[in-house]
Amino acid sequence: MSKKKGQTKVTIYPDWCKGCGICIAFCPAKVFVLGADGKSHVAHEDECVGCGFCELHCPDFAVSVTPRTAIHSAVPSRDVRAEPPAGPCNPDPGPEPLPSPTTPEVEHGNQKA
Amino acid sequence: MAQVTELIHNYLRHNKKFPHVYCAGCGHGIVLGSLIRSVHGLGYSKDDIVLVAGIGCSGRMAVYVDFNTVHTTHGRALTFATGIKMANPKLKVIVVMGDGDAMAIGGNHLIHAARRNIGLTALVLNNNIYGMTGGQSSPTSPEGTVSATAPFGQLERSFDIVDMAITSGASYVARGTVMHVPMLDGLISDALEKPGFNLVEILTPCHTQYGRKNKFKTVVDMYTWYKTNTMKRELYAQKSPEEQQKLTPIGVFRDEGWPGLETRYAQLRTKLQEQESCQSSAN
Repeated sequence: MSKKKGQTKVTIYPDWCKGCGICIAFCPAKVFVLGADGKSHVAHEDECVGCGFCELHCPDFAVSVTPRTAIHSAVPSRDVRAEPPAGPCNPDPGPEPLPSPTTPEVEHGNQKA
Repeated sequence: MAQVTELIHNYLRHNKKFPHVYCAGCGHGIVLGSLIRSVHGLGYSKDDIVLVAGIGCSGRMAVYVDFNTVHTTHGRALTFATGIKMANPKLKVIVVMGDGDAMAIGGNHLIHAARRNIGLTALVLNNNIYGMTGGQSSPTSPEGTVSATAPFGQLERSFDIVDMAITSGASYVARGTVMHVPMLDGLISDALEKPGFNLVEILTPCHTQYGRKNKFKTVVDMYTWYKTNTMKRELYAQKSPEEQQKLTPIGVFRDEGWPGLETRYAQLRTKLQEQESCQSSAN
């Protein structure tokens, strides 16, 4: 959990965000802003210090904070209370899209009415 | 901190409608995330966990999470859980209840589950109100607060869930809030690991039914209130009585590690079987 700025990628899943404003109010680096659509948007990603507050406190699991350099792992480490391994695992693999939480919903034909 | 959200997604039933039914900013979603992280952190298999929930907003948790789940009648979650635990003690049984579920309708069951010290993990999500049924006062609504059934302020005094559980004989009793999530993860992990009846009271805001009527303009104000008005019990003990009246202590209040009823029952069974085999061999 580095405290250096600009080492993390912050993603909001807009379909799951309800715009409660917890991430906007309590982010220590003021990364988020409330958009015109009533949802949270990432405005200052380079200011993120990677504290993970938004990820832990989002009631809708709509925020994801990932290191920019780490490989996208399908199976995360078992003990979430332990510190993540230090240092980048690999040279920059380039921007990799995160799996959207809406994808399985679409597969099951359970879209919003 | 990476991939915490992705981890949670692995434990959800994605054929249910998401985003979940809770109002914007409701703390129940944070508790759900904390529970999933604790279960994952301790390395339990999804099939070893039984999540029993009662009625109310907290009862919806049994719908979303991909464990063995039972959605029971109002207030009777602990009785169903007691049966499950006695029938198969290998299962890890988690009971999720609201404050009305645990303290009013199921109040007796909570007392007796704590008295028996049966090996369950009870999470009581205390939002000070009956949220789902229209905002009636619950046994934990603080004195003077406004609700649908107390439009001029609540005249009755409120229950303290932690004191109640300690008096009834629970083995592990703790209180956390949804504003202190790393601490809450630790409390739920402890409550899952320890033997006996483990109760964690979780203070969670209900802005829709409680906050709007009690001068909280936004849900963020309620989280700020939890941040400023709760304190670790070690620090709370050092405060003067006047300051203590405004604060709520959080942390672990009792940690005895007494063996659960199912363990004592198994011991008794083994003892009686041995006695019987001795008697039959003597005859």
